[in-house]
Amino acid sequence: MPMADFLLLSWLAGLGVAAVSGPLGCFVVWRRMAYFGDTMAHGALLGVALGFAFQTDPTLGVVIVSGAIALVLYFLRRQKSLASDTLLGILSHGTLSLGLVVLGFMSQIRMDLMGYLFGDILAVSLADVVGILLGGVLVLAVLARLWHPLLLMTVHEDMARAEGVAVDRIHLVFMFLIAMVIAMTMKIIGILLVTSMLIIPAATARNLVRSPEAMALMGSVIGMLSVSLGLLVSFHWDTPSGPSIVVVAMMLFVFSHGIHGWRRV
Amino acid sequence: MTENRGPDTLLLAARELDQSFGGRKILDRVSIEVHAGEIVTVVGPNGAGKTTLLKILLGIRSCRASQVWRKPGIRMGYVPQNIPIDPVMPMTVGRFLNLGMERKTESSIREALELTGVAHLYPSPVHGLSGGEFKRMVLARAMLGRPDVLVLDEPVQGVDYAGELELYRLIGTLRDQFSCGVLLVSHDLHIVMRATDRVVCLNHHVCCTGQPEQVSNHPEFKELFGAQVVESLALYYHHHHRCKDH
Repeated sequence: MPMADFLLLSWLAGLGVAAVSGPLGCFVVWRRMAYFGDTMAHGALLGVALGFAFQTDPTLGVVIVSGAIALVLYFLRRQKSLASDTLLGILSHGTLSLGLVVLGFMSQIRMDLMGYLFGDILAVSLADVVGILLGGVLVLAVLARLWHPLLLMTVHEDMARAEGVAVDRIHLVFMFLIAMVIAMTMKIIGILLVTSMLIIPAATARNLVRSPEAMALMGSVIGMLSVSLGLLVSFHWDTPSGPSIVVVAMMLFVFSHGIHGWRRV
Repeated sequence: MTENRGPDTLLLAARELDQSFGGRKILDRVSIEVHAGEIVTVVGPNGAGKTTLLKILLGIRSCRASQVWRKPGIRMGYVPQNIPIDPVMPMTVGRFLNLGMERKTESSIREALELTGVAHLYPSPVHGLSGGEFKRMVLARAMLGRPDVLVLDEPVQGVDYAGELELYRLIGTLRDQFSCGVLLVSHDLHIVMRATDRVVCLNHHVCCTGQPEQVSNHPEFKELFGAQVVESLALYYHHHHRCKDH
């Protein structure tokens, strides 16, 4: 494949991922679900391992395992005997380690572990790009439909219930959306860094806007900017793509603080 | 207001409502009614089941269908105890009123804010509001839906003393203007008793119920809140009513 086409593919994939991560990431930040996102992402490695073990598409494995983690967390969140971050910690590190152990059993399979952990733009194929764009449109369409009730229940869950919002169902759907985005983002940013694309652009956008909707939009724009600059850096200096994008995103975050401060608007 | 109670003014009722949580009885055969145009206040110590009762009446918590009755098609406006909006969520007063399933027009939002006296705050971020301003904003949002009954959980929490009086006066005004029913929950006795048509004293079961003055003389009420508090309340009444006569 010529270099230019190859660049275009990875750039398109990155833009698609960033566009979806913006609005979804806002809810992750508003609902304080950063650690939750990390847990689903770590579980993704188990998904990859199982995908290899059953000789199917690793992405399918990721969707299934992340979805299963979402379900487990959904049903366990009402229990009171363990604090939720303890529970998340057990699931997060448990599934990550389980994934590594399963991969250890399959030494005959050659796979690029570093690529999965930190992202590898070289691994992005045309099929991946199509998958990301279709998945992205689906996630955004569902999120747009749920936007108003989800926002209300994020502000106050009981108020939403009193006004007839199906809080539990929407919460479950939202967790599945995160699982999908993680599966989409994993190849580009890497399992260990996936949540940064949800959190950093949204947090950066917070400094620049006055409404939830503007923050969602701005999150997408900042994510796309991070992906573009990060890929440039990565190609130019041959640095790993995922960390390069995250470093750029972090610099934009610091920069947005520098110009505006915490205005609390 | 209480004289006009009848079957046609009834908006909301619980009958012999039982609710247990983890083997403990939270509510024990609680009955309560809210009629159009009346202010009903549930008072009781912390942990007496006040908020649970409110949530059941609002339909947030489930119960056996036969124990709660709502007028068909009833619109309820809910003002929760507190709404901790994280500073990381950008939100203006105007946008807050537009939260929810239906989109509202800017003019209807401004009108609602006018009702509660905070129209000037329309473009302000919610994070800089005082306790009283925040309550008025939430109250305005509840009024937007033209509720038949307004439900308020500890409406003056986080509001200073002068603000408390004004807030209760405002609730009374809204009741007069829209002849809606008002159900409020409070653990603060002094002002509440004055702003109320009916008091329901709750400590898992209904200890006593009636007009404020009757309730404050009830032995179980005195036992629950302590003789001293009740004495000062009686004094307060005496004083208050004498002032009104002049």
